[in-house]
Amino acid sequence: MNLIEIRNLSKVYERGVQRVEALHHVNLDITKDDFVALMGPSGSGKTTLLNLIGGLDSPTDGSITINGSRIDRLGESALAKWRASNVGFVFQFYNLLPMLSAQKNVELPLLLTNLSSAHRKRNAGIALELVGLGDRAAHKPGELSGGQQQRVAIARAIVSDPAILVCDEPTGDLDRQSAVDVLTLLQQLNRNHGKTIIMVTHDPKAAEYANHTVHLDKGSLVEAGEVLA
Amino acid sequence: MKYLPLIWAALFRRKPRTVFTLLSVLAAFLLFGLLDSVRSAFMHAGEGIPGADRLVTNGKIRFGLPLPRSLQADIEGVPGVVKASYGSFFRGTYRDPKNAVPIEAYEEHYLDLYPEWFIAADHREAFRKTRTGALAGEILAKKYNWKVGDRIPLQTNMTQMDGSDTWTFDLVGIYRIDNPNLKMMEGILYMNWEYLDEGRQSGKGTVEWFTIQVVSLKQADPISRAIDAISANSDHETKTQSEMALYAEWFRRFADVGLIVGSIMGAVFFTLVLLTGNVMAQAVRERISEMAILKTIGFTARNVMGLVLGESILLLLLGAVLGLALATAAVAGVRLRLGPTVPMSPVAGTIWLRGLILASIIGLSVGAMPALRGMRLRIVDALSGR
Repeated sequence: MNLIEIRNLSKVYERGVQRVEALHHVNLDITKDDFVALMGPSGSGKTTLLNLIGGLDSPTDGSITINGSRIDRLGESALAKWRASNVGFVFQFYNLLPMLSAQKNVELPLLLTNLSSAHRKRNAGIALELVGLGDRAAHKPGELSGGQQQRVAIARAIVSDPAILVCDEPTGDLDRQSAVDVLTLLQQLNRNHGKTIIMVTHDPKAAEYANHTVHLDKGSLVEAGEVLA
Repeated sequence: MKYLPLIWAALFRRKPRTVFTLLSVLAAFLLFGLLDSVRSAFMHAGEGIPGADRLVTNGKIRFGLPLPRSLQADIEGVPGVVKASYGSFFRGTYRDPKNAVPIEAYEEHYLDLYPEWFIAADHREAFRKTRTGALAGEILAKKYNWKVGDRIPLQTNMTQMDGSDTWTFDLVGIYRIDNPNLKMMEGILYMNWEYLDEGRQSGKGTVEWFTIQVVSLKQADPISRAIDAISANSDHETKTQSEMALYAEWFRRFADVGLIVGSIMGAVFFTLVLLTGNVMAQAVRERISEMAILKTIGFTARNVMGLVLGESILLLLLGAVLGLALATAAVAGVRLRLGPTVPMSPVAGTIWLRGLILASIIGLSVGAMPALRGMRLRIVDALSGR
């Protein structure tokens, strides 16, 4: 069953007089519980596609249907609410708030819910336990290693139990061992917790953790050197 | 309330900067509390002043210009006038130039016009009988620990016949004024006008004002006109008005205090707006990517705007509460030490309310532009550092 259906998706950026077509009529289906690696050279449109799937940006043309909802038709505020309950984000540079403890960082998405403070704290604790950082809850990001920070970011991404995780180069800033730990964690979240994961990566080894890989080049999907419709 | 820890953490993200900004806000609101206390004291000083049946005649050009004492008889001859008396004022100091003692010299029957001022009968009689006698207000006597029977030398701006500026008084009594709005007048020393006039080198036979009891204040206007007509076209033209009108005139001048206080506070708060506005703009500029993250995880533009506004309002309110608390303590301390002679109202609820409303308005103003920036930021641009 397709969780994500992308049809004729195009994205054009206009920078002054310059017009850049980042995505060109992309069609893609991603099934529920899938783990997809998006690969391609720099400037191929991977992050643009990820941003569109995550509802961070709006397409110039085409449609994105996720779990039956046309998110390309949502306004900014509705899109924000949709993201809060449907998508978790993991970035290359963790993007944790430095002044908050790991616990408080993980609680952030729950501030948008009606959960009580105790409930939020409990859920954040569970998410941190799940990523193996239950004993680091009180630590601030600056007191954690890169791998630990990325796991806190993953805990923040899953704390509100979204169906989809979008990960932009989640191991790009990590050493090999930390990268393996993070990828293994993502794999477990996919296999054991049913999260649908779309991960942008340059690293073929990282891509091996995904169920399959989608290649992009010059804004179009390609496979074995071929441009897909 | 659930966002408060997030706002608090953001506010103290750079502690030294926030602490210094907070100190600036604190200083501004400390000043606000102190000045508003003074302004409030002046604004309310005229409330409940008695003297509905008294007129005051003084120099037309300004209060304090010398008038001939002989006017008393002419004034008392005006129909509707029951009694007229007079007084003069000069300044003294006790032991140290910092210890100011205002001195008012009254004609023998002057105090008859002020039955609401409490003076024990024996003190009053002693004052009348003793040429060098003086009456001190309770506040004044307490301030310098004076007791009846003390001989008090005062340095003054009034030169005596022998060239000395020191006047010596025998304290024969203490007076009390129960009206809280006039309590500060207990800081004055009363002396006999005859002692002043015989002893002074210049200005003999002149007074600074006449206080006049009339049959009814309803006739105040024709009586005033008649009194002023006596000196018309002379070198000592007079202005007569009810005592209440005189106070009202003084308080209008005090309103200038309000204008001055307002101007000072305007300058202070203008500087504060620039300072905190700059700090907030800088704080938000540094956190653009963090705001993008908040938006990414589902915070709406309105949420982000609320967080930034909350931060700037919290900064201002924190500083205001600390500053006003300090002002409250300082004014209470000053009043405790110097008594009600000092023109400062306690920093009461109204001053707090004004201060907190002002802080909220400033917080909103300085937070508006950064909040708008946070609200409008595009996630993908902010995350990619554009």
